Amino acid sequence: MATVSLEAIRKSFGSTDVIHGVDIDIEDGEFIVIVGPSGCGKSTLLRMVAGLETVTSGEVCIGGNRVNDLEPMDRDIAMVFQNYALYPHMTVFDNMAYGLKIAGTAKDEIVERVDSAARLLQLEDYLKRRPRELSGGQRQRVAMGRAIVRKPSVFLFDEPLSNLDAKLRVQMRLEIKQLQRRLGVTSLYVTHDQVEAMTLADRMIVMNGGIADQIGAPLEVYANPATEFVAGFIGSPPTNFLKAQSAEVTIPGAVTLGIRPEHLLLTSEPSPVAGTVLYSEALGAETLVHLRLPDASLVTVRQGATEPLPAEGTSAGLTWDASEQMLFDAEGRRCDQPAA
Amino acid sequence: MEKRVTFKGLWLPLLLVLPQIVITAVFFFYPAGQAIWQSLFIPDPFGLSMQYVGLGNFEYLLGNSYYRASFVTTAVFSILVTVVSMGIALYLAVLADRLIKGSGVYRTLLIWPYAVAPAVAGVLWLFMFNTRVGVVTWYLGVLGYDWNHVLNGGEAMGLVVVASAWGRISYNFLFFLAGLQSIPKSVIEAAAIDGAHFWTRFRTIVFPLLSPTTFFLLVVNIVYAFFETFGVIHTITSGGPQQSTTILVYKVFSDGFVGQDLGSSAAQSVILLVIVGLLTIVQFKYIERRVHY
Repeated sequence: MATVSLEAIRKSFGSTDVIHGVDIDIEDGEFIVIVGPSGCGKSTLLRMVAGLETVTSGEVCIGGNRVNDLEPMDRDIAMVFQNYALYPHMTVFDNMAYGLKIAGTAKDEIVERVDSAARLLQLEDYLKRRPRELSGGQRQRVAMGRAIVRKPSVFLFDEPLSNLDAKLRVQMRLEIKQLQRRLGVTSLYVTHDQVEAMTLADRMIVMNGGIADQIGAPLEVYANPATEFVAGFIGSPPTNFLKAQSAEVTIPGAVTLGIRPEHLLLTSEPSPVAGTVLYSEALGAETLVHLRLPDASLVTVRQGATEPLPAEGTSAGLTWDASEQMLFDAEGRRCDQPAA
Repeated sequence: MEKRVTFKGLWLPLLLVLPQIVITAVFFFYPAGQAIWQSLFIPDPFGLSMQYVGLGNFEYLLGNSYYRASFVTTAVFSILVTVVSMGIALYLAVLADRLIKGSGVYRTLLIWPYAVAPAVAGVLWLFMFNTRVGVVTWYLGVLGYDWNHVLNGGEAMGLVVVASAWGRISYNFLFFLAGLQSIPKSVIEAAAIDGAHFWTRFRTIVFPLLSPTTFFLLVVNIVYAFFETFGVIHTITSGGPQQSTTILVYKVFSDGFVGQDLGSSAAQSVILLVIVGLLTIVQFKYIERRVHY
């Protein structure tokens, strides 16, 4: 268990800059999720912590020690890969025991540690099998078992759930969360799925184009996005963006107005913003109403299932509580006072 | 599920496989049948008459110390060729796999020797090691070593092994490189995080995962050393000195066409036929249940 800190981390591949300076301090036992669209540099950031990529400039510290020049094996970390990266020619037991064997751990201790990890992950019945005889979820568990048995100070997860089907993903997400809580190991988790980020993270880092746009607790990020990108990326369905002018906002510098679907209300009274109802999606507990505004942009309203359904093709006005709106300047930065 | 095309009639499928059958029959079954037939006779030196001797040719061969020696020579030769060519190829492939810049040039240059015909390769090596004018021989002489593969059986064997293995390295290199590149990078990275240094990784992860390629190459190289090295041996040593480089396939030629003992030559061909048949069975059996990871 250890703290991890990144200081002004930069990464370039040749002349291409991938990471433009990221700073973060991770506390001992914290679960940090790095989330962002593909190509934003989130995996590269993780691989630099792992030692699989060199750091162009900046400092990576694990447990207070600078590890920039240490080999992956000397950093006291364990990593779970997207494709699991199990050793295909070894049994589940050998897969989990590999690191311990290399470290020269005593045989009975290896057996004990692998067995306890297998119990924790419900893999006891599969220890003799090879990876190809396991299902995706089981392989994922073996990969986690391999990380656990070495008792590292930091866990690194590189999109560990993206190869699983939707149902299994939800289940494994819970298991990872429970496991991390129980073991209390500092974890860094990379994903492109904002739901995973919201549910797993103690704090999350939203990456955009090699920059950490925002670092904070999930609900705080959700409620108070620092940039237009974060507002659009976190939350599903995403935040609606309106032109500030058309919404009659007069704060200087404000170009775009963001408003989350659940904060929008349909009204039949005259309103500065109105649109045509395209279609409604009734999901049971809630209904999503999609409208097209006169400037051809699309807006989604999320309303309770008991609210009346507007007919398709009719026009409807939109209102919202001004305290819920978010204003962004031309560069996409927040330009109103974030509430609290 | 495998998709199978089914034909209703009999004539069309028969017609479609006919060219293959004809080629196989003319160029394989007929000569093989002739060899088996001839191995039961002893013809006179002028080819005017043949005397039936049953399995006499085989009995004679198995009792012949030269033929048994040729078996040992073949075994030594093919093991050396296989080990040398595969060992060097694997080493080069591991280096090429680590290379990021310029790997294309490196690969292309390594593939060139494969394009050189065995007999030409033999002549090239012969020039370098020629006892009077060879460059390498001259340097060895400067270093105080008197190279003479014409008289020294061990040196002759060494030379034909090197000449045969040389062209083969390219072929093996290609397969090893492809094999190495098909190992997922993340598996290697996982092993690195698990604490395995390069050599440990190679021993415990890379080499086992490469075993399908290695096994395939092993069989292919043995077959090569058995049969396709005729040109090299013919140009460099002609089986000498004192038959120290006479491998089985060379003995078929020298007994049959130099010694004019066509019956014995045919019997030797039949024995080789059986050996290559067995090797093919091994290979096919293996490919049938190829390990899938």
